[in-house]
Amino acid sequence: MKLYEKTASELSEMLRRKKCSALEIYEDVSNRIKSVEDKVGAYITLSDETARKKAIEVDEALAKGEELHPLAGIPIGIKDNISTKGIRTSCASKMLENYIPPFNATVVEKINNADMVVTGKLNMDEFAMGSSTETSYMKKTRNPHDLDRVPGGSSGGSAAAVAAGEAILTLGSDTGGSIRQPAALCGVVGFKPTYGSVSRYGLIAFASSLDQIGPIGKSVKDIAMLQDIISGYDKMDATSKNMEYPKLTDNLTVNAKGLKIGILKEYFGEGVDDSVKESVYKVVKLFEENGAEIKEISIPSANFAMSTYYIISSAEASSNLARFDGVKYGYRAKEYDSLIDMYENTRSEGFGDEVKRRIMLGTFVLSSGFYDAYYKKAKIMQKRISSEFDNVFKDIDIIISPTVVSTAFKIGENIDNPVKMYYNDAFTVTANIGGLPAISLPCAKDEKNLPIGLQLIGKKFSEQTLLNAAYTYENLCGGFNVHSQIL
Amino acid sequence: MKDYEIVVGLEVHAELNTDSKIFCDCKNVFGLEVNTQICPICMGMPGTLPTLNEKVVEYAIKMGHALNCKINSVCKQDRKNYFYPDLPKAYQISQAEVPICEHGYLDIFVDGEERRIGITRIHIEEDAGKLLHDDSFAGSLVDLNRSGVPLIEIVSEPDLRSTEEVKAYLETIKSILQYLNISDCKMQEGSIRCDVNISVRKKGSTEFGTRCEMKNINSFSAAVRGIEYEAKRQIDLIESGGVVEQETRRWDDVKGMSFTMRTKENANDYRYFPEPDLLTIVIDEDKIKSLKAELPELPNKKMARYIKDFGLSQMDATLIVENIDKCKLFDECTALNLCVPKNISNWILGDISKYMNETGKSILDTPLTAKRLCEMISSVEKGVISNSAAKRVMQIVIDEDKEPQQIIEELGLVQNSDVGFLENLAREVLAKNEKSVNDYKNGKTNAMGYLIGQCMKESKGKANPGMIKEIVIKLLEE
Repeated sequence: MKLYEKTASELSEMLRRKKCSALEIYEDVSNRIKSVEDKVGAYITLSDETARKKAIEVDEALAKGEELHPLAGIPIGIKDNISTKGIRTSCASKMLENYIPPFNATVVEKINNADMVVTGKLNMDEFAMGSSTETSYMKKTRNPHDLDRVPGGSSGGSAAAVAAGEAILTLGSDTGGSIRQPAALCGVVGFKPTYGSVSRYGLIAFASSLDQIGPIGKSVKDIAMLQDIISGYDKMDATSKNMEYPKLTDNLTVNAKGLKIGILKEYFGEGVDDSVKESVYKVVKLFEENGAEIKEISIPSANFAMSTYYIISSAEASSNLARFDGVKYGYRAKEYDSLIDMYENTRSEGFGDEVKRRIMLGTFVLSSGFYDAYYKKAKIMQKRISSEFDNVFKDIDIIISPTVVSTAFKIGENIDNPVKMYYNDAFTVTANIGGLPAISLPCAKDEKNLPIGLQLIGKKFSEQTLLNAAYTYENLCGGFNVHSQIL
Repeated sequence: MKDYEIVVGLEVHAELNTDSKIFCDCKNVFGLEVNTQICPICMGMPGTLPTLNEKVVEYAIKMGHALNCKINSVCKQDRKNYFYPDLPKAYQISQAEVPICEHGYLDIFVDGEERRIGITRIHIEEDAGKLLHDDSFAGSLVDLNRSGVPLIEIVSEPDLRSTEEVKAYLETIKSILQYLNISDCKMQEGSIRCDVNISVRKKGSTEFGTRCEMKNINSFSAAVRGIEYEAKRQIDLIESGGVVEQETRRWDDVKGMSFTMRTKENANDYRYFPEPDLLTIVIDEDKIKSLKAELPELPNKKMARYIKDFGLSQMDATLIVENIDKCKLFDECTALNLCVPKNISNWILGDISKYMNETGKSILDTPLTAKRLCEMISSVEKGVISNSAAKRVMQIVIDEDKEPQQIIEELGLVQNSDVGFLENLAREVLAKNEKSVNDYKNGKTNAMGYLIGQCMKESKGKANPGMIKEIVIKLLEE
C-alpha cells in the first residue's frame, strides 16, 4: 500500500515508529498529485516549497525526540476560501485571482502549530456558491470515481483530493452542505461541526451565520484528530463558543447498544434515488442489529428549509461580498468613467453568474418593502426549524438520513438549472439552519459504482456522540475504502 | 417669516475617546500619519471579523443615563449597506431596530426658560475612513485611520423650535460628553458632527410640515446658519405656492447655501439586517446601575446648584457649566472659599474667557491655578489692588508663572487707601483744574470723570479708585 493511500492515524503511527519520514509521506503525496492532478484538478495553488520545508522540519524535530502533535507531518490541503498568509487565496474567483492574504486564518495557525504539512489550496465553487465546483473561475474539478462527473461542491477540491490520494486530510467549509455533499459524492468522510465550535476568523465569508469550517478525510478517527486541532474558542470570532472542548479522539468508542437513532422521514420521500434510500436503510438495519433503538421522527418544517436557507444565505452573501468593490484589493475593471462605473464594471466582470445570482437574490430579500416578506420570515422559520430539532432530540441521540438525493451527476448536467442544482443541498441545509453538527459517511456504491453517502446529524455540541456513532458504523461495516479505483 | 415656526430634530454623531477602536485593537488616536492605525479588521480584509470593544457599550450607557434614557439591556447590532470608498466593508456596523438607549430627554435653557427636548435614541456604530485629495494625484486617496473609530449617534425628537434652542441643545450635549469624559468633542477634528432634520409650519399648527435632512454640518454655528437658510428656503417655497419635497440636502457653509443631494425617490436603501458576525449585546442589570451611580455631577445639576448656593444668574451659570474647563476652575475656586463666588464667576466669564478665546488655550493649561486666581480676586475684594491692576497681575501670572503676591509687590501695585493722602491729592488736582471744576458746577457732570482720572494719573494708578471718587465728589459738592 502506498503511503498516500493510508489514513492520517496510520501515518502518524508509522512516523512515530520511524517506519517512514514526513518527507517520504509528503513526496509520495506530491508524486501522486503530479500523476493524477491533470485528470482530477483538485488544486488551485500548490505550496510545494513550504510543504517540503515543513516536512523536513518535522523529521528533524522527531529525530531530536521532540514531542509533536499526532498529526505533525501529515499532508493537508486547504479549501481556497480559508486565508493563508503569503499563499494566494482566490475563493476560485476572478475577483481574488491574485489576492494574497496578509494573515492566517485561525484554523491555519492551528494547523501550522500542529506542524501539519500544507500541500496547497483546493478548488471550490466560486465563493463557495454551488454544489458541483463548476462555478469555479479557476478550473474544473472531476470526481475521482468517474472523471465525467462532478465532485460535488462547494468543497469539491477538498473531497476530490482525499478520494484521489492527493492529500491525506483536507479542510472544507460548509454553509449548506458544502463539506458533506462533495464528501458523499466522492465517497469520503466529511464533517460539519456545530456552529461556533471552529473559528471562522480568516474564512472568507459566504453566509456568516451558517458558515463553518470542517475536516474531510478517510476515516472517522482522522476526522476526530483534525477536529481536535481546529476546534476551540477564539477571541477573534465573536460567534465562537467559549467552553471546554474535550479531545474527541481520546474518547472514540464503538457501541451501538442503546444508541437512539431517529429516521427523518421527510428525507426518505420522493425524489430520492432508490439506491440511496436502500443503502441508508441497510445502515439503519445494521445499527438495529447491533442494539440501536430506531425511531421514525419528523421535522414538519423541513420542507421549508431550502427556501429558508437560500434567503438567509443569499442575504448575508449580498452584504459579505459587497467589500469586493475594486477599491482596496482584488480585481478592478480596466475601464471606467466614474466611481459608480468602477464599482459596476468591477463587480460585473469580477463575479461569475452564480455569485451574481445570489447577490441579486440577497439584495432583493433585504430591500425595503420586501424585508418582512422574505428575510424576516426566513428568520422566523429558522427558529421554528431549530426548535423542532430541539424537540426531536429530547428522545433521540442522532438523526440518520441520506446526505444527497442521488450520486454524482455529470459535469454540465445541472449547471444551467439552478433550482435542480440547489436541490442537492436539500438534506444538508437543515444542519446549517439549526447550527447542528453533521457528518457524511460513505455507505455504499450504486450500480454505476458511484459512492453513496449517509448523513448523521447530532444536537448542538454533541460532537462526541455523533462521531462515536459514525465510528461505530465504520467499525460495523468493516471500514471505508475511499480511494478511487480508476486513477 | 413671523407666521411660521421651525421644527428641528438633530442627529449628533460623537466620536468616543476609547483607547482602541470599536471592533479591533487598533489605537483610537486622531492626527497620526495616514494609514498607520490600521489592521486587517478595520481595513475590511476578506475573512476578518469584528469583536466588540465593551468600553464602547459602557460609554454609550453613560450617555444614555445622562440623557435620562431607558437602557436596553438586550440589544443588537445591524449592518447598514452602502458603497463608498471610505467604507472598506461596504457596510457600516450600526444599530437599527434596537438601539442601546432610547426614550430619554434633555432639559435645555434658553433666555432663562427651561425646555425639555425628547431624545429618541442613542446607538453605537463605527466611523468610516476619510477621503483625501492630493494635487499631485488625479484620483482620491483613502486614509483608514478613522475607520472603526467608535461613534454614538444621539437622535433627538423634532422638539426644537428655534436656532437658539438648537444652539443650546448642541452646547449642552457637548458639555455632557465632556463631563462624562467619553468624547474629545473637538469640532475641528470632526469628533462631533451633526445632521439636521428641519421642517416649517404655520404657528399654531399641530401637524408637521415635510422635512428635509441637511448633512455636512461641521460646526454648531454652521448648524444655526444652515437652519436659518433652510427655514427661509422652505417658507419662501410655501409662500410662493410651492411644496417642500422630502429630500437630503448638503450644506455648503462657504457659499451659505444648501443643495439637493438625494431626492426621496433616490434615497439610499441601506438594507439593514442583523450583523451575523456579532452576538446580541446582553448587559448585566447591575452594570447598568453601577454606571449610573458613577455618573459625575452633570451640567444641569451644577447650574442649579450655582444659582442656589452661589447666587449666580441663570445666564452666568449656563455660561460656566457649558465649558468644562471653566467649570472645573470655578469649582476649585469656590472650594477654596477665599473670595466671593460671584466675583470668581465675573473673572471667569470676563478676562479668563477672553484669554481662552484669544489664545485658543484652556486656562487649565496655564500657571493660573485656582489658588492664585482666588488670592488675586481676594486682593481686589480687600482693596489691596485695583481691578485694573489685577488684570495686569493675571497676565503676568500666566506669562511668567509667578505668585500674584510677588507680582503685586514687585510692581508696587498696592493701592493707596490712606484718606489723608487721597484728600491732599484730590485737592491738588482740583486746584490745578479750575476749568473742569467750574464745568462741573455748571452742570457738566462728566467733568467729574476727568478729575478722577487725573487723580489716578497723579497717583500712578495706585489711588484706591472707590475712595478717590467719593473724595472728589465730596470736594466738588463743598
